[in-house]
Amino acid sequence: MIRLEKRPQSSRAFAYLTPLFAVLATFFFGGLLFAALGKDPIQSILTIFWEPLFGEFAFFYRPQLLIKGAPLVLIAIGLSLGFKAGIWNIGAEGQYIMGAFFGAGLGLAFYPAESRLIFPGMVLAGALGGWIWAMIPAVLKVRFGTNEILVSLMLVYVAEQFLASMSLGLLKNPEGFGFPGSRNLQQYDSAHNAELITGTGMHWGVVAAFIAVIFAYVLLSRHRLGFAVRVTGEAPRAARFAGVNPSRLVLFCLGTSGVLAGLAGLFEVSGPAGQVSIDFNVGYGFTAIIVAFLGRLHPIGIVMAGLLMALTYIGGDIAQSQLGLPAAAIQVFQGMLLFFLLALDLFTNYRLRIGRAETA
Amino acid sequence: MSSLLSLRNLTKAYPGVVANDNVSLQIAPGEIHALLGENGAGKSTLVKMIYGLVKPDAGEMQIHGAPFAPVEPRAARAAGVGMVFQHFSLFDALSVAENIALGMENAPRLRDLSRRIREVSDTYGLPLAPDRIVGDLSAGERQRVEIIRCLLQKPTLLIMDEPTSVLTPQEVEILFETLRKLSAEGTAILYISHKLEEIRALCDTATILRLGKVVGECIPRETTARDMAEMMVGKVLSTPSRAGVMPGPTMLSLHKLSLPSSTAFGLPLREISLELRQGEILGIGGVAGNGQDELLAALSGEIRAPAGMLHLKGQDIGGLGPNPRRVLGLLAAPEERLGHAAAPGMSLTENAMLTGAAREGLETGGFLNWQAAQGFAENIIDAFDVRTPGAENAAGSLSGGNLQKFVIGREVLQRPEVLVVNQPTWGVDASAAAAIRQALLDLAEGGAAVIVISQDLDELMEIADRFAALNEGRLSAPQPTAGLSMEQIGLMMGGAHGMEVAHV
Repeated sequence: MIRLEKRPQSSRAFAYLTPLFAVLATFFFGGLLFAALGKDPIQSILTIFWEPLFGEFAFFYRPQLLIKGAPLVLIAIGLSLGFKAGIWNIGAEGQYIMGAFFGAGLGLAFYPAESRLIFPGMVLAGALGGWIWAMIPAVLKVRFGTNEILVSLMLVYVAEQFLASMSLGLLKNPEGFGFPGSRNLQQYDSAHNAELITGTGMHWGVVAAFIAVIFAYVLLSRHRLGFAVRVTGEAPRAARFAGVNPSRLVLFCLGTSGVLAGLAGLFEVSGPAGQVSIDFNVGYGFTAIIVAFLGRLHPIGIVMAGLLMALTYIGGDIAQSQLGLPAAAIQVFQGMLLFFLLALDLFTNYRLRIGRAETA
Repeated sequence: MSSLLSLRNLTKAYPGVVANDNVSLQIAPGEIHALLGENGAGKSTLVKMIYGLVKPDAGEMQIHGAPFAPVEPRAARAAGVGMVFQHFSLFDALSVAENIALGMENAPRLRDLSRRIREVSDTYGLPLAPDRIVGDLSAGERQRVEIIRCLLQKPTLLIMDEPTSVLTPQEVEILFETLRKLSAEGTAILYISHKLEEIRALCDTATILRLGKVVGECIPRETTARDMAEMMVGKVLSTPSRAGVMPGPTMLSLHKLSLPSSTAFGLPLREISLELRQGEILGIGGVAGNGQDELLAALSGEIRAPAGMLHLKGQDIGGLGPNPRRVLGLLAAPEERLGHAAAPGMSLTENAMLTGAAREGLETGGFLNWQAAQGFAENIIDAFDVRTPGAENAAGSLSGGNLQKFVIGREVLQRPEVLVVNQPTWGVDASAAAAIRQALLDLAEGGAAVIVISQDLDELMEIADRFAALNEGRLSAPQPTAGLSMEQIGLMMGGAHGMEVAHV
């Protein structure tokens, strides 16, 4: 008989080890999945995890790690603040889209004027776009007690439809021969989020992600607001007793995650993606949820988790083209990571006892 | 005499602690047998073994001479053992009869069940209407639901776990009548309590447990309460002492404080008025769930009050939150330790920061000084003898009594001008309780004003200068405790305010 027994104090060692075990379990069951699809499991795993870092074309893939990792980390940092306090923003994808739309919209409005002020203005507009989209669930929750999970998630689909309508309508490139999508910001110097050091993948979004990580780290460990976030997640009544205003905390957490998601969208649309198009978003907002949890909602953990997820993206692409693995299989693989992480998390607070049951 | 239940050498060990060590005891039919002991003495483990919730490691039990080893409560019930728990397992939204039907194996139709409930409640003097909704019942009435649920199964042994902690003195009398009637009919009762006077009034025999062992047996009627207490604790008890201080100027005044209920089954506060003066302790009694939590929240600042109802040293504080009130000198310690007064998953250092940030200078410009917080936590641990390996341990890993000492110590050490505590010694062992009471008395002597909300009337009589009772969100006019009889207190708790006139 197998039994779970509550630990008197949650295990710190296990809290740090679960991500590792989750990755190993994902390797194993992901391998089984690839084998079931008729691919060599070892080779598939190697293609995903080894090829981008040390393979023949690593010089091309390594910068991609930063390009794909930065938006994930930036969004996940914002989400982690809310998640720690039990405020569930599931709609970062929508806030990301709105940030991209606001920022790109501002830039395109000035086209073809050249000014050093345009890009900073776009950054502010991007942050504003994400913030506004996140304030909708926040205000509804504070005023009417609606569930922020549902509202923020639903707003993703609204944002997606909005994006489609914009790239077919208002923002459509007048010189684009009728193709959907805006002008390419990569060809508009004042609005282009270019690589800061050529060939490294380092752009302003990466810088923003690093700043966000440091900001979150200091906030959570040293500042009263971060303490309020942690106490609220641990014990909401104790937080109230300590003087935390729950409504303000909801506004702060959703607002911050909206701003960071909006920034991620802006840096993406003005840099690596280049244009507003129907399928501009690739699910960073949702993947960032996995990243936040995989990183234990800890700023440093999120950096590592973000890089790991970026690796699976890049490696997944390689596996698709080289081994013919279906895209869905890669998504299942990424989903497994969160699944195993949450499942193994149980052992932080419980230990497994194998033996006779004590009470019937 | 032939015994109904006999326990021989029962032993039960948990990792790190022997909860019961060779416990033996005999109960005869019709006997009211008290099981006495401090928290953690092993009373609960023992009755859980009898009720089939826990399996003993060694030893044996017999009922009427036949071996008895229940593997689950159902088996214990079939053998005639019933148990009324301290915490009720009732659904607020269902009626009395529906609640009872839920706990039965083959529940009869509701109409038949209601008839049987009425019969039982008439026979044993437990007034209760089967069709009432449990959410509307008082704690005493809820307990009757649990008792009737047991009695419907015609038990030969009834286990009662701290049944009077939620009752008014009058309700206690009704309960005792019922228990005596049951005893006269031959039902044995195993009565768990640490209220000694009650045991002296009710029980035929008593077994005293300390640290899992039987340390004594006695006939309560022939033993003094003090002797029994010292057997329980294993040492000579010191009674809290205080030097009489003349009350100073008014510190806190409530003027017709009224607040709507914040939850579905919560209570509104109705026109509560009181004046609290420097150097005095005001005891607020009342049956649980009559507005105690709401009053504490209104005073701590968790719930804001409209202007003009709440003044601290003449300043209107109704609109201020908890931290501004702390800065002004009004501190509070809520009843629920885990999750309200303290965050269980966080360290003692972090919990010291929880309420100490403003007054202890643990924060500058929003940035937290964790070193200072750790120092403050260590001060509390030293000053209040909190047993823990260190300030980095999680609050949830402390025993209830130790955490309570920490929570009270945290507020007392912040030099409050007004301190409000709810159930300061709930679930705390006798020596820790004495230490907490002494700290409150010292605080008042040092010039603070203290409000102690408690359901333990003995505690209030011991430390409070004046006494008032909460009843359905109303507060009776405070009376000096000196010369107050149990009967008057009971009437105040029951809401009969007319008595005040005769007494003034």
